Amino acid sequence: MAETNNNHVIYKYLRSKKKFPSVWCAGCGIGTIMGALIRAIDRLGLEKDDVALVSGIGCSGRLPVYVDFNTLHTTHGRALAFATGLKLARPKMEVIVIMGDGDALAIGGNHFIHAARRNIDMTAIVINNSIYGMTGGQVSPATPTGDFATTAPYGNIEQPFDIARLAEAAGAVFVARSTAYHAMELDKLFEQAIVKKGFAVVEAVSQCPVSYGKMNRSGSAVDMLRWQKDNTMRVEAWGKLPPEERAHKISRGVLVNREGVPEYVEEYYQIIERAKMA
Amino acid sequence: MQGNEACALGALAAGVRFYAGYPITPSTEIAEILSIELPKVGGVFIQMEDEIASLSAVIGASLGGLKAMTATSGPGFSLMQESIGYAAIAEVPCVIVNVQRLGPSTGQPTSPAQGDVMQARWGTHGDHPIIALCPSSVRESYELTILAFNFSEKYRTPVILLLDEVVGHLRERVELPAPGSMEVMERLRPVVPPEWYFPYEEGAMDVPPLAPFGEGYRYHVTGLLHDRAGFPTQRLDEIGPWLQRVNRKIELGLDDIGRTVEENTEDARAVIVAYGATARSAREAMHLARQKRRKVGLLKLLTIWPFPEMAIDRLVQDTNVETIIVPEMNLGQLRLEVERVVRGRATVCGVNRADGEMIPPQQILEALGCGK
Repeated sequence: MAETNNNHVIYKYLRSKKKFPSVWCAGCGIGTIMGALIRAIDRLGLEKDDVALVSGIGCSGRLPVYVDFNTLHTTHGRALAFATGLKLARPKMEVIVIMGDGDALAIGGNHFIHAARRNIDMTAIVINNSIYGMTGGQVSPATPTGDFATTAPYGNIEQPFDIARLAEAAGAVFVARSTAYHAMELDKLFEQAIVKKGFAVVEAVSQCPVSYGKMNRSGSAVDMLRWQKDNTMRVEAWGKLPPEERAHKISRGVLVNREGVPEYVEEYYQIIERAKMA
Repeated sequence: MQGNEACALGALAAGVRFYAGYPITPSTEIAEILSIELPKVGGVFIQMEDEIASLSAVIGASLGGLKAMTATSGPGFSLMQESIGYAAIAEVPCVIVNVQRLGPSTGQPTSPAQGDVMQARWGTHGDHPIIALCPSSVRESYELTILAFNFSEKYRTPVILLLDEVVGHLRERVELPAPGSMEVMERLRPVVPPEWYFPYEEGAMDVPPLAPFGEGYRYHVTGLLHDRAGFPTQRLDEIGPWLQRVNRKIELGLDDIGRTVEENTEDARAVIVAYGATARSAREAMHLARQKRRKVGLLKLLTIWPFPEMAIDRLVQDTNVETIIVPEMNLGQLRLEVERVVRGRATVCGVNRADGEMIPPQQILEALGCGK
């Protein structure tokens, strides 16, 4: 067994004796993304009691099991709705919602756009591996056109959502994107998203070498991580590309950061103050 | 005062501090009233994007430590089934009001029905415990809303309050119980240190204490079958006892939960078993029959789930009851339960209609002849 460094910061947060090994396949990107999230929370110095991790169903939905926070594994697609109730009941709690692409955008699409529209103060992390992994590789609303899935055996004929643009259009005040390969960039984006008051979305592009990779001949996990490196670039540099070249690269970094949009919880608690005095 | 209004006021008296809902006839007054009243007491009202989100938010708020509820009608109730199952398996207290209208589907939004009786029991998938209460008047609407919150907190379970359009929109003069005269219960909270706390531990009472999120007890909540700490499990020795405990906690509480009202049953040869708005017609039918010197009694069910078997059993055990009439604004959903308990010891006749009209007393009177 490989040697582990028990002094590493993540051991402070893992429920390490309880539920490991994890359910994730070898080469999956979700563990890397979980590590980035833990580093972000640690750097912000948040108390474990003050953090709630809320997830939906799917591979990403299992993430909260492994970390020592208030953790809530909800139903498929509804994580943001559960989180909305929790946040309103516990306004001081840092509510972080973990979703997959099918979870957040298909079955949970309605909740996703309405949480963004409401601008409720929480962090929504969409782990995008372009596939339904846990059920064995079915086409998702984030599967690129032409890619293969067990339920798109002749190639996907649908257009995928651009998660960041969807979030922006729906009203999210902070939108960022990075990848499992860029884990050291991802943790900084998570930090910014958690600190941001309002609905903050981070798309974390992940690799699924088992369900997605095999259908699409993407190679090993390492090959897929290399793809993330080669096909993405910082949004600042991406913006300088000629428009026809932008389509071939995925931008990374802070894509949207708006100020001055009223935040739901704060607004509602002002209503409470006024109603109590009336 | 209106039944829906009494329901909203009952919820406030019970200490509701969170409401999430989606507009739907004939329940909307409950949301409208609570949108005004909740912030005055420091509570939160939110209109969600649909009924699925509504009950999901309610469960989230309840885990945050607030007494929480939603209200809807048939089509919305169908959407909520997913989260009702979640609240049952995760043992999160919450109250779901369903002001029934004529179905199926969009049906007839402003017509009364009692068609959601079986859906209230078995609407969500899997074996699960549930409590459902049925008021028949404005005052009962108030009282049973408080009771619904009490049961949900005491037994850590979703409780369904089944109104119907008649009771919801009925206006009658009503004297509500004096403030503080009805007991208001709170969920049991842990007193042990966090490292000793297991949110799903089998204890003496079968209902483990529930810690709100954010107060030092960091645990896991899931809709997967779980162990005593809340973590997913596939171990048979954990799943079996868990499933038994969550169902047993309601069964053992039946003496407390199963509320019924009997009138003129002592000498009765025929008893009308009714609930909701139909119990009003049943009561009138009983009085008319008594005027004709027919020995007719009434058993009104305030609790329909778990089914109050003992009350039915008492009716036919060593008594003169020969006939039981079960009037329902559906095609006979609860009659089957009555028949199951009666086991042939009396003739059970249904009086049914599901066309959006109430059952008039006359129709019940006619049926009183059915078992001779």
